[in-house]
Amino acid sequence: MKLDTATVSRRGFLKIGAASGGGLLLSLALPGAIGDAFATEATAFEPNAFIRVDRQGKVTFTIAQVEMGQGTYTSIPVLIAEEMAVRLDQVVIDHAPADDKLYANPLLGFQVTGGSTSIRSAWEPLRQAGATARTLLIEAAALQWGVAPSSCTARDGVVHHQTSQRTLAYGELVEKAATLPAPEKVALKTPEQFQLIGLTSKRTDSPGKINGTALYGIDARPDGVKVAAVMACPVIGGTLASVDDRAALAVKGVLQVLQIENAVAVVAEHMGAARKALAMLDIQWNEGANAQYATAQMLAAIEQASMSTGAVVRNVGNAEQALAQADKKLEAVYQVPFLAHACMEPMNCTVHVRPQGCDLWLGTQVPARAQAVAMQLTGLAETQVQVHNHLLGGGFGRRLDVDFVTQAVAFAKQVTFPLKVIWSREEDTRHSTLRPYHFNHLSAGLDAQGRPTAWTHKVTGSSILARWLPARFVNGVDGDAIRDPSGPYDFPNIGVSYIRHEPPAGITTGFWRGVGHTQNVFMVEGFIDELAVSAGQDPVAYRLALLDKHPRARKVLEAVAQRSGWATPLEKGRGRGVALTFCFGTYAAQVAEVSVDHDGQVSVHKVTCVVDCGRSIVPDSVVAQMQGGAIFGLSAALFGNITFKDGRIEQGNFDTYRVLRMNETPVIETHLLDSNETPGGIGEVSTVMIAPAVVNAVFAATGKRLRKLPVDPRELASA
Amino acid sequence: MAQTLKVNGTVHTVDVDDDTPLLWVLRDVLGMTGTKFGCGMALCGACTVHMNGVAVRSCVLPVSAAAQADITTIEAVGETTAGKKVQQAWQALEVVQCGYCQSGQIMSASALLASNPNPSNSDIDNAMSGNICRCGTYVRIHAAIKQAAGQATFVKVGA
Repeated sequence: MKLDTATVSRRGFLKIGAASGGGLLLSLALPGAIGDAFATEATAFEPNAFIRVDRQGKVTFTIAQVEMGQGTYTSIPVLIAEEMAVRLDQVVIDHAPADDKLYANPLLGFQVTGGSTSIRSAWEPLRQAGATARTLLIEAAALQWGVAPSSCTARDGVVHHQTSQRTLAYGELVEKAATLPAPEKVALKTPEQFQLIGLTSKRTDSPGKINGTALYGIDARPDGVKVAAVMACPVIGGTLASVDDRAALAVKGVLQVLQIENAVAVVAEHMGAARKALAMLDIQWNEGANAQYATAQMLAAIEQASMSTGAVVRNVGNAEQALAQADKKLEAVYQVPFLAHACMEPMNCTVHVRPQGCDLWLGTQVPARAQAVAMQLTGLAETQVQVHNHLLGGGFGRRLDVDFVTQAVAFAKQVTFPLKVIWSREEDTRHSTLRPYHFNHLSAGLDAQGRPTAWTHKVTGSSILARWLPARFVNGVDGDAIRDPSGPYDFPNIGVSYIRHEPPAGITTGFWRGVGHTQNVFMVEGFIDELAVSAGQDPVAYRLALLDKHPRARKVLEAVAQRSGWATPLEKGRGRGVALTFCFGTYAAQVAEVSVDHDGQVSVHKVTCVVDCGRSIVPDSVVAQMQGGAIFGLSAALFGNITFKDGRIEQGNFDTYRVLRMNETPVIETHLLDSNETPGGIGEVSTVMIAPAVVNAVFAATGKRLRKLPVDPRELASA
Repeated sequence: MAQTLKVNGTVHTVDVDDDTPLLWVLRDVLGMTGTKFGCGMALCGACTVHMNGVAVRSCVLPVSAAAQADITTIEAVGETTAGKKVQQAWQALEVVQCGYCQSGQIMSASALLASNPNPSNSDIDNAMSGNICRCGTYVRIHAAIKQAAGQATFVKVGA
């Protein structure tokens, strides 16, 4: 898109001009976050999002955020449509092409969808932009009619002049509007005037996903495409020694067998042939240094590492001294396992490498990184590598990495046609990036009344950021791993430290829905429950007493107690557990109701969620994210565990890497609190709370405290 | 050898091995990508289609076994009475999130309603527990099946 004429608004984040091909173009430079290592003082205007209104009145918004189920493609257009006074169906979204400079996510500083940042960064600027467009279009109409702009109104993409009963559609006004100077100030709607924000419930992406026409990366079928089934060395860090492909090549439909340093691919006309032939390969691997690696070894190493002194993250008061002086001291070790993401759409990437160009078709949370690895492997320039981003069949953090893109390009380089590489479910699990194992020490001192006087939390685990975003690994501290180490609670003395401990090379740790919170909220909410028990107090009341500085946290906690019937006695064998979080700008609390049978099997019957996420844009999507997030987190709490034996991940398909099914799904009730606060993130909040809510409920039901995930029925079986 | 298949009322002849899973014939040979690959072992249900009206996992169904049958996929299930009701309920209740598993969910749900127009909660759980959704849309899937069955009041009994 070219800016033909341009005027920069006073606010400095948007430009108005004519779109090439006709129409009104608003170019937006969404603001960077303060203190972001990637943010630079903008000296030149560098737009990173575009709103175009064409002569038919259609509004096209080009953004970097991808849709992976969280509803971004609905909530962002709602903000624009609300202020522009158009119908939601008049706004269409374009996938942004790979370009870090143009589509940088304002809070993260480069092109990425993750960390529940979409709505948080879009809330103000997109409404401003929509209001600017509306103001310009009204002005253009007023000029044409020779009336005052204040005598005109806009709705559903049409400007009305009430007195003369004249109307002009936006499409008829775009050329004039594009020549007008940017308004100095635009009025945003007040909440009472909202017609979409907080009121709409229609997802824009539903129809195609219901009738089978929605296209995911795996559905890309460029002309001449062939498919490939692959197997990488099952031993972490191992390489390919040799492969006998004679039997495989005889399978009907198979074209060739390709090799790279650590993997083999069977190329065929269709995946049925490729998968059949892959199983017939006789492959020899160089298993390398990790051939004997096992989970016991991993555990011993991380436990030992956790004994050393960590890098200081945060000190409030003097926690050590306060601990020494406390009436009572509690200590605990909490652990969370390695986890895979198990996106329903297995990792896949379609690549066409040519001498002068390369195209990639896939679903990714980081299109610019996909482009970068293709450039690196092909030696092609940025302008020669095109990323065609698609819908994501689940992201959950897995598609923030591009290892599967690297592999697909390495294979595709060896052929002339487009090659679609699809991982089997087993490959997807065994070569997943993994949420890191964490081994954390917590301690607390209580006074005579049982109130905490000191809190320490020492986090030990792999640093994702040191690999993924080294600029955010500062002074030996991973800013993600140490998120939320003491909850929203008011402790007079706090000591938080961090020890980076890496598993062997070849195990890649990565982000997982909820990021650092999924580890730490489990630990903090479990341990605070222990303090309440030790103090002989009710877990809800105990937390409430520590939340004087967080009235919104108090409110969600009080509401969840009331909604869940916290005070009502339960039948024998059942228990309720509570968890609270303040993350991604959202306050939320959950109560889980569980029972434990004779064999130690835990059933979760009911989950009650209360959320204050600020003003919700699409409330029904908030409810959906609370429901789904709880189920995602429950899969992990009850079953999720990646373990190693003989250097291999032991889990493969859904029989060995279990996830929750409908018959295991609890009733989930969600209550949204009315709020006028700035919107918070919602995609990860429910996931982080469910594990602590469940283990606290298990304690209430059985008196047994679980400090390690997943829930192990052997620890709960009746003697 | 060549296989003759009837998919959504149209007869196709495909030249693949007898043991080729129907899924890949649909996706890679016929170019019908609405049916999804998830596990390859009939563990997740993403590939569910109807064979003579019954839900089957196409990732493990040899094409030769489907040769004499009427195959219906997500692309045409809306032309059946149950399929149409299910799709309408899915839309009304905003079931989908990432959406990848939903073709299979809708195929399983419509096969259930075609054979059992008034399913109980446990009928629904039994019919749908073979379909995994990682976004966790189960609560809404359950409710949408109730709605499609004309059971207005939804109360899911705890597991």
